[in-house]
Amino acid sequence: MNIVHAKTWLVGTLLFGALACFWGGHLAPYPLFVVCNIGISIVMAVSLNLINGHTGQFSLGHAGFMAVGAYVSAVITNHYNESGPVLAGLEFAAALVAGGFAAAVAGLLVGIPTLRLKGDYLAIVTLGFGEIIRVILQNMDAVGGARGLSVIHGYTNLFWCFALAAITVYVVAGLVQSTYGRGFIAVRDDEIAASAMGISPTRYKVTAFVVGAFFAGLAGGLYAHSTQFLTPNGFGFMTSITYVVMVILGGMGNTAGVILAAILLTLLPEGLRMAADVERLPGVAAVRPLAWLVNTRMILYSLLLILLMLTRPQGLFSFRRQPGKPSLH
Amino acid sequence: MKPLLKLEHCTIRFGGLTAVSDLDLTIHHGDLVGLIGPNGAGKTTVFNLITGVYQPSSGQLSMEDRPLSGLYPHQITARGVARTFQNIRLFHSMTVFDNVRAVFHLHRHGDVRHALWRGTTFFRRESQITSRVNELLDLFHLGGFRDQPATSLSYGDQRRLEIVRALATQPKLLLLDEPAAGMNATEKLELNRLIRHIRDSFSIAILLVEHDMQLVMDVCDRLVVLDHGVKLAEGSPLAIRHNPAVIAAYLGQDPSTASTLNT
Repeated sequence: MNIVHAKTWLVGTLLFGALACFWGGHLAPYPLFVVCNIGISIVMAVSLNLINGHTGQFSLGHAGFMAVGAYVSAVITNHYNESGPVLAGLEFAAALVAGGFAAAVAGLLVGIPTLRLKGDYLAIVTLGFGEIIRVILQNMDAVGGARGLSVIHGYTNLFWCFALAAITVYVVAGLVQSTYGRGFIAVRDDEIAASAMGISPTRYKVTAFVVGAFFAGLAGGLYAHSTQFLTPNGFGFMTSITYVVMVILGGMGNTAGVILAAILLTLLPEGLRMAADVERLPGVAAVRPLAWLVNTRMILYSLLLILLMLTRPQGLFSFRRQPGKPSLH
Repeated sequence: MKPLLKLEHCTIRFGGLTAVSDLDLTIHHGDLVGLIGPNGAGKTTVFNLITGVYQPSSGQLSMEDRPLSGLYPHQITARGVARTFQNIRLFHSMTVFDNVRAVFHLHRHGDVRHALWRGTTFFRRESQITSRVNELLDLFHLGGFRDQPATSLSYGDQRRLEIVRALATQPKLLLLDEPAAGMNATEKLELNRLIRHIRDSFSIAILLVEHDMQLVMDVCDRLVVLDHGVKLAEGSPLAIRHNPAVIAAYLGQDPSTASTLNT
């Protein structure tokens, strides 16, 4: 993304989102749901990329922040019932932002005490945080506990997903691609050198966690008003892992790559599902020749990941020389 | 004139080991001081003490009469102390240009706001920074490598880049930790010239840790000798060269017989 035209790009994308929403209103519910999921995945993966990729802090608790945002925004919109698209839109925006701020506070609370930890230790603590959120929600009767929470309004549409994905990309890429933002990468590359050069590692790490958590909270709000049903188990460890995989697959710290990976990994399971439903293939006698994919598609997904990691450990979409590894010359 | 940096009775212990013991050290504006001593004498520990990586177990550290103890390394850098490292610590995933640019956020405020809004202030600041980084790189003959990954530079150039990066923090005191390590004779000569040039054209004080005696004797105005964490001697290079205690520390002899070495 060219930094000079970043704002033009943002406005253009927002307009495109509005148009897409206008025309996309006639889409069947299933493709609409998949496209919205792509938007949510982009918000999650790009915000996680700020923490894991750019700042190099391995967090496994991103689904926890998403859960905070999802439940907070759902409780708010369940409480009110606005009529008319404008008021409903404002209400949804307010609920999303509230969810985002709640998640950001959670990010701050997790961030400050744990940021003296590094690598594996930080990963374990953030993992524990995610589980704590899940268990708390499971035992909170006010939000349905383990039975789950019905979300009355299905506010999420193409526009909201597009807009929030675009804003997330703008904020994360805008932060990183500035002189200020070089600090995130400096902290990832060498914390000791960074602090000796006047860059406060703590401040950058907390900023990354708070901004990352804020957008995860927004994504949670989108998710809540898209599926219209929340269960605490939907925000478990495996959900966090899904987004970590997107970041790693896209290439740590590579925003464009992470967006592509988010699209690909959201489409892949759905694509395999669709392939399984194909009635006939030319030249094949059997009906539904790919039906076996129904049971094996998750195995296939895992195998693909293993294959990709073995062949492109620097990320599927990273074409630069692997940084940090001296080339032989 | 107020001393730039003053260490008074600084002691630092790691468990039972006293790494630096009761050290007094004063550095004035524009000084070029060498800190020498055998391996394990505590030279790098003194660097870590000054830059806030370690806190003294006892004693006082002050810069221009303001105490430095209790500050984090990045706060001490903001006060005007910059350093290089014994093992090069560049930001390895960045280009040469970005390595220097990363340091430039230091003296400004409201960066997050400007980075997100991207108004005229942002672009004015960024282009100011770009031209200053380019100026610095050109001054040290690194301009040609501007867009290359920092790790692709030759060893000597990486050391030079680390010095440029330290200078970008606009220090009053520059600490160089074994800048000549691993350099060949030509590179050392170049370094000698470079250190004087930095002191004169940036008018800053330099504290140098170095094993290469030739370089230290040539370039420094004053030497401080450490051995086992204790200051053995301080004085001009010539005086240090003939100091019996120093010779004993380096050659491992009894001070009483060491004096005969020189005669």
